[in-house]
Amino acid sequence: MIVLENITVRAGTFSLCGISLEIPKGQYGVLMGRTACGKTTILETLCGLKPARAGRILLDGRDATSLKPAERGIGYVPQDGALFSTMTVRRHLSFALEIRKAARELVEARVAELAGLLGIEDILDRKPPGLSGGEQQRVALGRALSAQPKILCLDEPLGCLDEDTHHETCELLKRVCREVAVTTLHVTHSMNEARKLADCIFRIDGGAVTRVSGSPHA
Amino acid sequence: MALPAEEALTASRRVSQKITAAHRVRSDVPFVVGLCLLSSVYLLLIAAMLLADLSFTTPGNFLAALRSEEIRYAIRLSLISCSITALLSLWIAVPIGYLMSRYPFRGKAILDAMLDIPIVLPPLVIGLSLLILFRTPGGRLIERFIPVTYAVPGIILSQWMVACAFAVRTMRTTFDQISSRQEQVALTLGCSQSQAFWQIVLPQARRGVLAAGTLAWARALGEFGPILIFAGATRMRTEVMPTSVFLELSVGNIEAAVAVSLLMVIAAMIVLLVVRIFGQTAVS
Repeated sequence: MIVLENITVRAGTFSLCGISLEIPKGQYGVLMGRTACGKTTILETLCGLKPARAGRILLDGRDATSLKPAERGIGYVPQDGALFSTMTVRRHLSFALEIRKAARELVEARVAELAGLLGIEDILDRKPPGLSGGEQQRVALGRALSAQPKILCLDEPLGCLDEDTHHETCELLKRVCREVAVTTLHVTHSMNEARKLADCIFRIDGGAVTRVSGSPHA
Repeated sequence: MALPAEEALTASRRVSQKITAAHRVRSDVPFVVGLCLLSSVYLLLIAAMLLADLSFTTPGNFLAALRSEEIRYAIRLSLISCSITALLSLWIAVPIGYLMSRYPFRGKAILDAMLDIPIVLPPLVIGLSLLILFRTPGGRLIERFIPVTYAVPGIILSQWMVACAFAVRTMRTTFDQISSRQEQVALTLGCSQSQAFWQIVLPQARRGVLAAGTLAWARALGEFGPILIFAGATRMRTEVMPTSVFLELSVGNIEAAVAVSLLMVIAAMIVLLVVRIFGQTAVS
């Protein structure tokens, strides 16, 4: 479950005050809003990349407001994928597990499982510069899911994909998030994406977040 | 007489015709030729300087310079001291470059200006300042354990003071060009800031590290002013290649001075080429 309670955050001259939202456990939440309205700032605050100046962040009932990003158990997919340009796809999928010093067999099994789930078995030994937009998003998603997070944060993950790949990746997101039962916050400005994917939709407008659809409780 | 509205319509049509008429673009040749001419002025001057040096010396002078024990010592000391300086410069430039690129803090602008002081100060002033520093109680205490003034460590310190500033600038630019987004993802994947730096940022900065190291090495090779003031110019002791040129010139042995100068050019060219080729192979 993701809960933001009266969050205040500042990024340069831009600030948001009293932001609250709640996404029940296992549900797919979509946060919509115009460009530069603070969607990414909210996502980054949830991930711990920007400090909340006031308010509380609860992740699965645990107060995560002052936790480091590494301790929050969140998988994060930024807008451009931000793949590690010097690493192979295989290394992307194993990176979080290697950081946790997981056993080699466990790492290999997880890489194979994720590659199968995302359909990227054929590109495991390639590096990001040779990947298409859709492949990059799949790898970014696999990397975010590799350490089995309870929460997934997606920042316009389908923003720069062509129409066919957009539809394909949309279906993939829907399927994968259901299969791994992760609570998701997806940021977008596309109503079409929101309709296809969301269990609950939020809109940010004029610095306030309102629930547009979906039940506040699972 | 036409009404004002009709006049405006006619004017608008004329403008529209002008815009939609076949648009001719001027030839790009003058621009490219201009670029080539301006660039060639500088390149020709460099080539002419080297050719003039070559015409001033003979293979005999060159071999005689190479046979001289003092000059061989100077070449050896130059190569060793420059390599140590390059490594020390990277050791400092990487953390400073990263700190300045990633962390906002109070007084950053002042620190940034301070980092440029060794670049803008005349080399002689750096040598003089080092000399004065090692006359203070703190400097004397260091000298009790390691002799620095008029000794080999003094050469390395003089070279490092200037070369490091150039390496810092290169590393700062390198880190500025690497998006912090990847580090942020690494943090959410379970990394500490140190792990994100070593595993994500530094592998991407390797081209910049190589460039900074090469620049520091090349800058150290040509350093003379601070070395002369702070480490002196004693043969077989604190003599590096620029010192050899100076000493040979001061006794009127211009042929030997030119031969050593050309040796410096060759050494610098070899190192720059090897590093570039090695760098490109390593990156690709």
